[in-house]
Amino acid sequence: MTGQEIVFTLLGVVAVGSAVMVVTTRQLVHAALWLVVSFGALAGGYLVLTAEFVAWVQVLIYVGAVVVLLLFGIMLTRAPIGPVPRSGEDDPLDSGNRWAALAVAVATAAVLITVLVMGFRDSRIRLEAGGGGAEPLGGSLFRTWVLPFEVLSVLLLAALVGAIVLSRTDIGAEDDEPGTDIPARTGGPAPDGGARVGGAKTGAGTDTGGRTGSGGSKGGGAKVDHSAEIAGAETDVKGGDGKAGAAEGSRGGADGARGREEGGG
Amino acid sequence: MSVPLAAPDPTLQSFGQDPWWLIGGKVLAIFVFLVLTVLLSMWVERRIIGRMQLRVGPNRAGPFGLLQGLADGVKLALKEDIVPRQVDKVVFVLAPVVSAVPAFVSFIIIPFGPTVSIFGHQTPLQGTDLPVAVLLVLAMASMGAYGIVLAGWSSMSPYSLLGGLRSAAQIISYEIAMGLSFVAVFLFAGTMSTTGIVNAQADRWFAVMLLPSFLVYVVTMMGESNRIPFDLPEGEGELVGGFHTEYSSLKFAMFFLAEYINLATLSALATTLFLGGWRAPAPISTVWEGANSGWWPVLWFLAKLWLFIFFFVWLRGSLPRVRYDQLMKLGWKILMPFSLGWILLVATIRGLRNEGHDMTQVAIWAAVVIGAVLLLSIAWDLVGRGRGDGGEIVPDLDGGAAPEAAGGFPVPPLDAPHYHGVAREGADVTAHKEVASGSH
Repeated sequence: MTGQEIVFTLLGVVAVGSAVMVVTTRQLVHAALWLVVSFGALAGGYLVLTAEFVAWVQVLIYVGAVVVLLLFGIMLTRAPIGPVPRSGEDDPLDSGNRWAALAVAVATAAVLITVLVMGFRDSRIRLEAGGGGAEPLGGSLFRTWVLPFEVLSVLLLAALVGAIVLSRTDIGAEDDEPGTDIPARTGGPAPDGGARVGGAKTGAGTDTGGRTGSGGSKGGGAKVDHSAEIAGAETDVKGGDGKAGAAEGSRGGADGARGREEGGG
Repeated sequence: MSVPLAAPDPTLQSFGQDPWWLIGGKVLAIFVFLVLTVLLSMWVERRIIGRMQLRVGPNRAGPFGLLQGLADGVKLALKEDIVPRQVDKVVFVLAPVVSAVPAFVSFIIIPFGPTVSIFGHQTPLQGTDLPVAVLLVLAMASMGAYGIVLAGWSSMSPYSLLGGLRSAAQIISYEIAMGLSFVAVFLFAGTMSTTGIVNAQADRWFAVMLLPSFLVYVVTMMGESNRIPFDLPEGEGELVGGFHTEYSSLKFAMFFLAEYINLATLSALATTLFLGGWRAPAPISTVWEGANSGWWPVLWFLAKLWLFIFFFVWLRGSLPRVRYDQLMKLGWKILMPFSLGWILLVATIRGLRNEGHDMTQVAIWAAVVIGAVLLLSIAWDLVGRGRGDGGEIVPDLDGGAAPEAAGGFPVPPLDAPHYHGVAREGADVTAHKEVASGSH
């Protein structure tokens, strides 16, 4: 084994080990941090394979943006982000889908490994410095693989549009709007306070419904309550003088797309 | 001037040939340079702000108060190091380190000058260079965001959490626009290595050629640095101290250090990418042949760097803080579409030039396109103003009003699950020790 191979193997061990930690740790935020280690080790692996452009893009996008957004999501929602006790029935981290998820993960890994082994069994690629720079990568991406690249772009665009559609409640079917039942579930402060400041109980109520509903369709209604509260508390600090009203409801919904950012502040 | 003019400008191939002591020396020099820059820029900032506010500023420690930064550092180091009882200890300690280390790392690719002779070795005045050097800076900037967001989370305080989240959203948003502003530079330089980019500006600075990119970068630079007018993550009127509310002593000092190093890094990057790096400004280099060789370029580089730092301070002295939704609107709805359109235009012009079209005609058409877009946007603005929704503050009154318990005062949510924990048996993160360490 050469030095490179040893480093590569070690990086692989770190990546797999920290990936296992991601799914076994009892702290959601620590899980995200282990994911950072895993992605970082992966980037190191790319570096050893002389693919430095891919390596830095891995750090920039996966470590720098994806996991930060993940942390962001964990902290803004009512996900259990304190240490969670190991208890049987009502363990918040226990999922009924555990075995299904394991099966899917193993199957995916098996398919990938099979494809790699079958495809590259006998081939050896000679690594040379600069072979993984931006120029060769761009060349092969936009000459040889331009069609898959474009298809992927369309897929990402579809995902983007889908996210916007899901987070907006002012478009789509009318009966989707859970305008009345959600505020009751979010707890007392929301509708009461809104009405007190706004002076228009129905208007404020609809508004809350719109926003919470927008989150609810994003996935897991209970998750977004906190974000709505934070955003609400923040705007309250900034001093609204109570121009609420029914029109506000649609605005709250329309802002759903921005909800992630605004929830933070 | 001590070096013969024969020494060519460094390229990517000039790196990787230094002996070990030279590499160590360069790293040490960059480290010392950064620490000195931080100490000095703290003093400069306070003095300039003082002048702007018709005060004197710190003038007691040392000549002209020059040692004020050092005195502050010593004071911070000697302060009691308070670790709140319920924090996640590991992450709480890790966060300032994660914040400070990437700030140091990204300076390694900043070119200070051309090839010089150090003890008989011809070497470029730059730590190292990569084919994707600018990506490294962006990657390190996004790593720095971890320090802030983890500091916010691990403090287990609503103010810190909100500050950390604000900062994460802000840094990610502005990093996209920042990356887009670099694309035009890459297109014209044909490389992402900083030496290559500096060499590509031998004739004309990119700040002149790619002015819109430069302007976008300057705005995103403010956003990335978490400073006024975009210092929402630590807006003391709203969040006490933001993400570092719970930090004290050396840990706080590390955040402070990271902030000022980031300031220097962003300024140095702006200098390198848009202001010709170490190249002398036009009147000097045209009159004086030797301005771009030997050790003189370090002077030009430092002058440009400090110009930017002064600009930062100047802005801090003049601008108020923006509102958070304005910040996000600027980042996502103005800077990003604008950058995308500009890149489209630049790429088209580049493509046409590569095809061998007449550049004057291309320039005319580009001007026409820009003019049309401007007119359209003005028309759009006029129409939009008629609807009366342009920038009006409409308070969100949904669900976030004050809880009854606070007597109607606006308070941040106090029932986030991790403030009081979900049945806290995990004693590993909540060691009951009042004061972990401290010097007195």
